[in-house]
Amino acid sequence: MNANHTNKQRRQFLKVSAAAGGGLIFGFNFMACESKPALAEFLPPEHQMPEVWKEMNGFVKIGDNGVVTIMSPNPEIGQNVKTAMPMIVAEELDVDWDNVIVEQAPLDTEKYQRQIAGGSQSIRFGWNGLRQTGAKIRHVLIAAAAKQLDVPVEELSTDKGIISHAASGRSLGYGEVAADAVTIEIPEEVPVKDPKDFTIIGQSKKNVDGFDIVQGKPLFGLDVKKEGMLIAMITHPPAFGMKIKSLDDSKAKGMPGIKDVIRINVEPEGWNPQWSDVNSYPEVVAIVGNTTWEVMQAKKELNIQWETETPAENTTDHFTTLAELIKTSKGEVARHDGDVDKAFADAETIVEKTYSAPFLAHNTMEPMNFFANVTADKAELLGPIQTPMFLEGTLEGVLGIPKENISIMMTRMGGGFGRRLYGHFGTEAALISQKMNAPVKLIYTREDDMTQGTYRPAYMVTYKAGLDTEGNLTAFEIKGAGIPGSPVFANRYPAGAVENYRVENYNVPTNISTGAWRAPRSNFIATAEQSFLDEIAEAAGKDPIDFRLELFEKAKTNPVGEENDYDAERYAGVLKLVKEKAGWSPTGKGSGRGVSAYYCHNSYVAQVLDVEMDGDTPKVKKVHCAVDCGIVVNPGSAKNQIEGGIVDGIGHALYSAITFKNGVPQQSNFDSYKLIRHAESPDEIDVYFVDNGKDPTGLGEPSLPPIGAALANAVYDASGKRHYHQPFTVNQELLG
Amino acid sequence: MAKLSLSVNGNSVTVDVDPSTPILWVLRDHLELVGTKYGCGIAQCGACTIHLNGNAVRSCSVPVSSAEGKEITTIEGLSDDASHPVQQAWIAHDVPQCGYCQAGQIMTASALLKDNPSPSDSEISQAMNGNICRCGTYTRIHAAVKTAAKNS
Repeated sequence: MNANHTNKQRRQFLKVSAAAGGGLIFGFNFMACESKPALAEFLPPEHQMPEVWKEMNGFVKIGDNGVVTIMSPNPEIGQNVKTAMPMIVAEELDVDWDNVIVEQAPLDTEKYQRQIAGGSQSIRFGWNGLRQTGAKIRHVLIAAAAKQLDVPVEELSTDKGIISHAASGRSLGYGEVAADAVTIEIPEEVPVKDPKDFTIIGQSKKNVDGFDIVQGKPLFGLDVKKEGMLIAMITHPPAFGMKIKSLDDSKAKGMPGIKDVIRINVEPEGWNPQWSDVNSYPEVVAIVGNTTWEVMQAKKELNIQWETETPAENTTDHFTTLAELIKTSKGEVARHDGDVDKAFADAETIVEKTYSAPFLAHNTMEPMNFFANVTADKAELLGPIQTPMFLEGTLEGVLGIPKENISIMMTRMGGGFGRRLYGHFGTEAALISQKMNAPVKLIYTREDDMTQGTYRPAYMVTYKAGLDTEGNLTAFEIKGAGIPGSPVFANRYPAGAVENYRVENYNVPTNISTGAWRAPRSNFIATAEQSFLDEIAEAAGKDPIDFRLELFEKAKTNPVGEENDYDAERYAGVLKLVKEKAGWSPTGKGSGRGVSAYYCHNSYVAQVLDVEMDGDTPKVKKVHCAVDCGIVVNPGSAKNQIEGGIVDGIGHALYSAITFKNGVPQQSNFDSYKLIRHAESPDEIDVYFVDNGKDPTGLGEPSLPPIGAALANAVYDASGKRHYHQPFTVNQELLG
Repeated sequence: MAKLSLSVNGNSVTVDVDPSTPILWVLRDHLELVGTKYGCGIAQCGACTIHLNGNAVRSCSVPVSSAEGKEITTIEGLSDDASHPVQQAWIAHDVPQCGYCQAGQIMTASALLKDNPSPSDSEISQAMNGNICRCGTYTRIHAAVKTAAKNS
């Protein structure tokens, strides 16, 4: 919690900012001060801690002095729901945001719904419930005030935590009525504000953990330290398909600070897996000791023999397998509108292109870790997890401890990107603690993390389009394959916009573990699809934006099929907006400009990207990005998410890959796995949100998928060279 | 094991550790200064950046024995109250997403500005290039360094 925002810190800060900013501050009543020094708006709010808190429900505590604590229910991975979700409650509660303290809620499936960070859905699914929560508490506070003042409820109004009776000029603070309010029954549903009356939602509020982050406060799982805590690391097999044959730990056990070396298995016999239990290496060796460095040294001295359980895989085979499959066999038909084969036979022009992308690691900056303290009948866990409710279910089965005796608390996470949906590291920590009979913090080295799996699958897709003599799109075929699973969403654009349309899917099983990676499937297919549309627009002799808009018009006015997963008007809307904002000109060819648009996580994104080429190396100068995600709760932070998705997407499209030789990942740290860096990042990103008052939709993922195509199309515009295979800068021979 | 005398954030401390232990793990495990982060262990990501005699170094790859007689400054020692111009600029631009790399970014930026109070865009890009931000907050980091330069 932000209880560290004490008066003492604030006074210290005031002195410094007065000197550094050159302004003058009189006394401590800063908020009333008109002329602010340059930096003083970056003060943490001053919270005089109350004597008594009243818990209103699982979400809100009101102090007798009017300070309000709002719990943030969902895990925080950097998507900033820890600021946005409490903002929604505060809005309907009608309190002063500067009077709010935010606390991370623990896992509590009775009090909170869907405590998951995934699918960009925290705000979308939380929206109505969070509004009702705030509004209901406001309702009982007003009811209590009406009793105290002996006036009808209808004569009372609220503003920033004060309930006023205009006729008599009397008022009460929330803190003064909270004790009475808790005795009043909370109704099933209460009215919420008209969005035009919002005073917090739609305003940029700074990250509630910002002050702690810039001071290096212990916020993350890796920072956890508890009395008597041991440090543990694991060693997993070096190659997918291998398992432990034998372990000689005699040397490691004798090293300084080492407590024990043990084998643990997170999948005991009779255990019932959940979807989050993705793991190529159920059995690992754990080294436990006093300090991290001692454990790291002992880990190097383990002598483990491995044995092959399933055949080793190679990247060179992966892509030839996918290509052969698509070329020589018929996939599982996911959708077929019209008669595609006839339409291709009748087409004037046919364009066919194949796109691919490799496995990717998530590479959260904070490696996997978890704290666990497991005793005979209780388990206490603390750490970075996107799916605490699923971890709880797994722990119940693996530890043999009932759910009610398991507590899970989420730390702030040093990135998620989907990796921490799969909580095997939490289970490992719990098993190590159980065996050691001691509190334990498990830490993965970067190498253990990067080579563990749970990767984004490798994908390939072949697109084929038929055009008539006027350049109209008459036939469209998508053949999508993945190791494992097809990346194609059969009912997404351009489904519904083409009379003759077919999707075929192929699945190649693998012993490499894979999982959701920021914007699953979309992260590849959007780049392929939007690159291909650019190419067929050119073949049709049309401007790439006009070409896309024609298809949206068709999908809007005369859609093909009934199951089209998008709103063509909103889709076209972002494209038109970015066209206008970027000053798109159809005659601007050759200037290094590319366009792309995509819909995922219930939101619409369109981008125009400007690139300059230095030989074969692209440098992104500017990205214009239009976004329709409905109501934007926290615009500054929302822009940050969009920027991050763009940088992330550009980086992975250009640089990143996990490849395999005999099942061994060939990249294990940032010297071999390249992530985008500062100098390679776009110089400028402009973001334009559509203001349509619709309920909010996803934000953490949607800007990533289309950007790879905006880049590829811009590079083509600048250089005449098209990129089909990610990562664009890597010698594709490496990928087979 | 050896007893080593260190100066950390202006305080003299003695630690009893294997002298080859990287400064990072002495800070985190022995001195409870966990603001300095572990990211890669091979000086590739910059999450562990500290100042050694005022210069930005990767604490994951410098043995603690070589810090004897030198001044170590960590993120916790940059200011008592987030008042350092770089920290202030980071808040002004609301830079962090997950926040894990930001202590390292701030330590690199503050060392840069001490040596070069008004860096050009390309000098900022070069100086900050060793610090990975997986969330992709680079454009904000860049803007924040410029703001900090203005306010230093």
